[in-house]
Amino acid sequence: MRRIISVLMENAPGSLSRVVGLFSQRGYNIESLTVAPTEDETLSRLTLTTLGDDHKIEQITKHLNKLIDVVKLVDLTEGAHIEREVMLIKVKAAGAQRAEIKRCVDIFRGQIVDVTASLYIIQITGTSDKLDAFLQSVGDASILEVVRSGVSGIARGEKVLSL
Amino acid sequence: MSPAQETAIAISAQLGESTKSYIASRSSATEFAAAFDMWAYSVETSCIKRGYNVEMLSGGDMLIRSLRDEGVKYLFGYPGGAALHIYDAIFRQQEVRHILVRHEQAATHAADAYSRATGEVGTVLVTSGPGATNAITGIATAYMDSIPMVVISGQVMSHLIGEDAFQETDMVGISRPIVKHSFMIKHPSEIPDVVKQAFYIARTGRPGPVVIDVPKDLTAPFETFPYEYPEKVKIRSYTPATRGHAGQIKKAAQLLIEARRPVIYSGGGVVQGNGSGLLTELAKKLNYPVTNTLMGLGGYPGTDKQFLGMLGMHGTYEANMAMHHADVIFAVGARFDDRVTNAVKEFCPNAKIIHVDVDPASISKTVTADIPIVGSVESVLGEMLALILESDDKPDAGAIESWWTQINEWRERHGLYTAPRYNTSGEKIMPQDVIKVLHEVTGGDAYIASDVGQHQMFAAQYYLFDKPRRWLNSGGLGTMGFGLPAAMGAQMADRDAVVACVTGEGSIQMCIQELSTCTQYNLPIKIICLNNQALGMVRQWQDMQYSSRYSESVYEDSLPDFVKLAESYGHVGIRVTKKEELKAKMEECFAMKDRVVFMDISVDTAAHVYPMQIAGAAMRDMWLSKTERT
Ligand SMILES: Cc1cc2nc3c(=O)[nH]c(=O)nc-3n(C[C@H](O)[C@H](O)[C@H](O)COP(=O)(O)OP(=O)(O)OC[C@H]3O[C@@H](n4cnc5c(N)ncnc54)[C@H](O)[C@@H]3O)c2cc1C
Ligand SMILES: Cc1ncc(C[n+]2csc(CCOP(=O)(O)OP(=O)(O)O)c2C)c(N)n1
Ligand SMILES: [Mg+2]
Repeated sequence: MRRIISVLMENAPGSLSRVVGLFSQRGYNIESLTVAPTEDETLSRLTLTTLGDDHKIEQITKHLNKLIDVVKLVDLTEGAHIEREVMLIKVKAAGAQRAEIKRCVDIFRGQIVDVTASLYIIQITGTSDKLDAFLQSVGDASILEVVRSGVSGIARGEKVLSL
Repeated sequence: MSPAQETAIAISAQLGESTKSYIASRSSATEFAAAFDMWAYSVETSCIKRGYNVEMLSGGDMLIRSLRDEGVKYLFGYPGGAALHIYDAIFRQQEVRHILVRHEQAATHAADAYSRATGEVGTVLVTSGPGATNAITGIATAYMDSIPMVVISGQVMSHLIGEDAFQETDMVGISRPIVKHSFMIKHPSEIPDVVKQAFYIARTGRPGPVVIDVPKDLTAPFETFPYEYPEKVKIRSYTPATRGHAGQIKKAAQLLIEARRPVIYSGGGVVQGNGSGLLTELAKKLNYPVTNTLMGLGGYPGTDKQFLGMLGMHGTYEANMAMHHADVIFAVGARFDDRVTNAVKEFCPNAKIIHVDVDPASISKTVTADIPIVGSVESVLGEMLALILESDDKPDAGAIESWWTQINEWRERHGLYTAPRYNTSGEKIMPQDVIKVLHEVTGGDAYIASDVGQHQMFAAQYYLFDKPRRWLNSGGLGTMGFGLPAAMGAQMADRDAVVACVTGEGSIQMCIQELSTCTQYNLPIKIICLNNQALGMVRQWQDMQYSSRYSESVYEDSLPDFVKLAESYGHVGIRVTKKEELKAKMEECFAMKDRVVFMDISVDTAAHVYPMQIAGAAMRDMWLSKTERT
């Protein structure tokens, strides 16, 4: 099963490499990873998505918790949560294609953020599934470049991940 | 930072540039040092005038002073460029004693064994580059066996980091998968805090090695900072478990009392966590059988009748049989290693499992626990014992008695002592007999450091350890070369103790250079070399799985003359080739209390270690000899 694990950790040199190292060392996979400082400069928030059965996910969270730099973590997929990913796509957009792509962007509530005579840069935000669906509907033929931010997430309701 | 430290920094800043340029303009090194000392002195006296007692120290001095204030007595190490300021700081004090080894790997093993023997944190100092990489094997060894250790490595100057400077290696990076945590010093003033944290992390929770990487410029002698060693340490992201969950402990106590075929399976955590006394009391109170892992030996008295011996791959028949047929397994400070469980899906089919471990990641990692308890053995065993003593329920005496009848029958049938697993009547010296004689001659009370191979297994099977912290061996990593330096660490820990290193002619050659360290520090270790002229453990597998094709496990007469070799280091060498002289020579060896003695004992090359679990099967499936299986 796909899981979104959100980690609050010390914003210190080496802490990111410890997290990444843990995954490769123990043969866990990372699908996506995002990390940035929080409003409290001493802390970073890291969100990663990974695949695994319950046993594996339990081991992953236990081992992450063992890292000295990790302050707290939560498996967002255990409860109601919001997940978002940002994607920038450069597509060929000439002739009849232009209107077609524009319509597709509207349907997916994306934005065209840069335009030349022959291409668009599109920005689109949503769950990873939605981004996948958008890519599918645009079609490989016109896609020149895709950049995805990786998943960020937050729990719904009262639950907070903080010190 | 404390007010005293702030004042000192303010005063140093006031003295400012003119003082600095005065110091810098001194023409000779001596004058420079004198001007500098005066400066540091004037900062200190100005502080005292303001009511603050501070001491201005360089990074190098702070490091050594912090070790002293942490209570470190011995620092095992080897010098080199990036560590020279630190070595100079060592020279100018007496409290922290440095032990100069002959290879950095030995420094880590010696510090590791010092820790195993005493429970204190072993401490190591190495230089950058090759010094640091040589320490890696020892760090990994300590990591796999959860041994607390702090390794300080010199590093190239801060501004050179990342430039492939001379003797630069990314020590924090290389060691990352084999440390509990690591630090890179960014400013000299951090040193006391980092040292405090490093020792705290190394020794608490599940212990392990911690690396502190120190760039050379941050230890420079003429840059001083106010020194203060922190009294307390708090790391917000690190709160190791101590007490177990009361409800779980209660459930566990109840299940244990109700058991009809119980086995207590205890490991290295009981030894390292000082739980032996409580474990013994609990087992005695209940009259339950106890088995130990390789790492747990000594955690329960080896000569006691409730002790089944070691379990696992080379465990005793009765221990493995009892595990397989148990209805309740009480696992304490043990981690269900694959050398113990054999095939996990066949493991103890009828047992409910109680698992006590301070590391949540050890629990249900390979074998799912029915009652997991995260906590330290000392506190959990204490609480369980209290519950058992208070409880009105008692174990079913009849059930326990018939369980013992069954176990004793297994023991009679194939026990190591009741039905020897080797030919006792031949001409050749059998390695098993060497260990039995060693046990006899040392009264079972020596520290036994071991290398890795068949000799290690024979020592584990036949030297019955009655006390914890006496058996020092590399279980998790299985590091050949561990034995001799480990014996040095134990001898440093207890100068009057009898320390023996059980080794093979293969392993001893991996750290043989330490015979020289033994000379320098008068460490009268007894080396018991079970010389079978082969990488015996490898050879055994080749016998069993490769039709005796001895690919690279024999040396074709290239072995050194160990007696002469020992003599060349100033030690005593004794060769034993005849069975009938074994005991007398062993006695002669241990009678030489203040000498290193190297006993080169020719043992049967063809000997195998039995029992041996049959791979991919259950715990009860074993080879009992070359021709006999369960
Ligand atoms: C050639 C060879 C053959 C081997 N054959 C065998 C064999 O036949 N049988 C065998 O048993 N092993 C054997 N081993 C060793 C094996 O590889 C493992 O090292 C060993 O089984 C692990 O022992 P352990 O389970 O006691 O765990 P350890 O590695 O000692 O780990 C200790 C556990 O206790 C926990 N712990 C630590 N401190 C505390 C505390 N204060 N409170 C609570 N928990 C704590 C830790 O978190 C950890 O989970 C062999 C090794 C070699 C090299
Ligand atoms: C550093 C290292 N290299 C290789 C091995 C693999 N290995 C395990 S036991 C063994 C043979 C040990 O030979 P010896 O020390 O003579 O002991 P014996 O088995 O003969 O008693 C080898 C090569 C190891 N454990 N450690
Ligand atoms: Mg050998």
